[in-house]
Amino acid sequence: MIIPIDLIILVLIIISAIAAITVSDLLSSAIILGAYSFFLCLLWTVMGAVDVAFTEATVGAGVSTVFCVAAIFHTTRRTKD
Amino acid sequence: MKTLGQITVLFCGGLLLFFTSDFPDFGDANSPASLHLSPYFIENTLKDTAVPNVVTAILADYRGYDTMFETTVILTAGLACFLLLRIPKREVKSRYYLHEPTGVTLRFEGDKYPQKSDVFKRIDSNWVPYDLIINFTCRLLIHFIQIFALYVVAHGHYSPGGGFQGGVVLGASVILFAISGNLRAAIKRFGEKTAALFSAAGVFIYAGTGALCMMIGEHFLNYNFLSPLLGTDRIMARSHGIFIVEIGVAVTVMAVMIWIYYNLSSAGKQDEGL
Repeated sequence: MIIPIDLIILVLIIISAIAAITVSDLLSSAIILGAYSFFLCLLWTVMGAVDVAFTEATVGAGVSTVFCVAAIFHTTRRTKD
Repeated sequence: MKTLGQITVLFCGGLLLFFTSDFPDFGDANSPASLHLSPYFIENTLKDTAVPNVVTAILADYRGYDTMFETTVILTAGLACFLLLRIPKREVKSRYYLHEPTGVTLRFEGDKYPQKSDVFKRIDSNWVPYDLIINFTCRLLIHFIQIFALYVVAHGHYSPGGGFQGGVVLGASVILFAISGNLRAAIKRFGEKTAALFSAAGVFIYAGTGALCMMIGEHFLNYNFLSPLLGTDRIMARSHGIFIVEIGVAVTVMAVMIWIYYNLSSAGKQDEGL
């Protein structure tokens, strides 16, 4: 049985998307979101949209993860309210 | 309330899934987009613009207006972060200095702190000793990342890439420098004023190219009319025009990424940060 690669990537995308919203730690959520972006980038490469994949890899997986981590750096572990 | 939200989400998601079945199949040769639009671009792009990468030609030439306003959106995002987060300079309560010969950390309050000293080194309040390996690796990598970014910008005509991607990679190299060292060193090299100026200058390059075309010829962003200025024929002028515009996009995106990072990582103080 041959499983098409885009199906595997799609399953990984859904798993990482669900993991990103269910995980309770913000930092791990940000990192999983970065992984989600990388899988999306892979899917776009498989579908032949190389330019979009490149943009997703740089903006989605690279810089926006850094922005998320930089913002989370200023939060505290427990909420004050 | 939570169940109501879940029901709404499930309902909207179900509707979306239901109506995607009406979409044409992936790569369907008989869908309207493949019948009317794509053949024109595939057949005429090389003839019209001398650019082998169809995506770049569509983004920067055929749909030049779109990309211009996308660049403006990026500039607006940077400005919004600046206006929301930036705090004007105020009195710093305490600063930490490392006395380098002894390795003792001292805390100075108010305006009593060593101004320019060889033995005292300013450190962040949540400072951890820099890892030598990370510092050295980043220093080695940054040059290659920047050269690769310039390649991506310049080679967008022939391979995937272009202004957006190259600009982001260029910005990421400065962000990597800020992470591996400290924020103040990065701000010293690429200041906040420079970032603001560059982010506006990129949009100016883009819109200015369009306005220049309008002044020489007749249409906004029609690079054909740049041929007397660039000294090439009308088709190559379009290729060169795309390149000029891509540089504008890259400058804006780079500066805005750095600017947003400065404001986010230091919570608007631009003094201590990640």
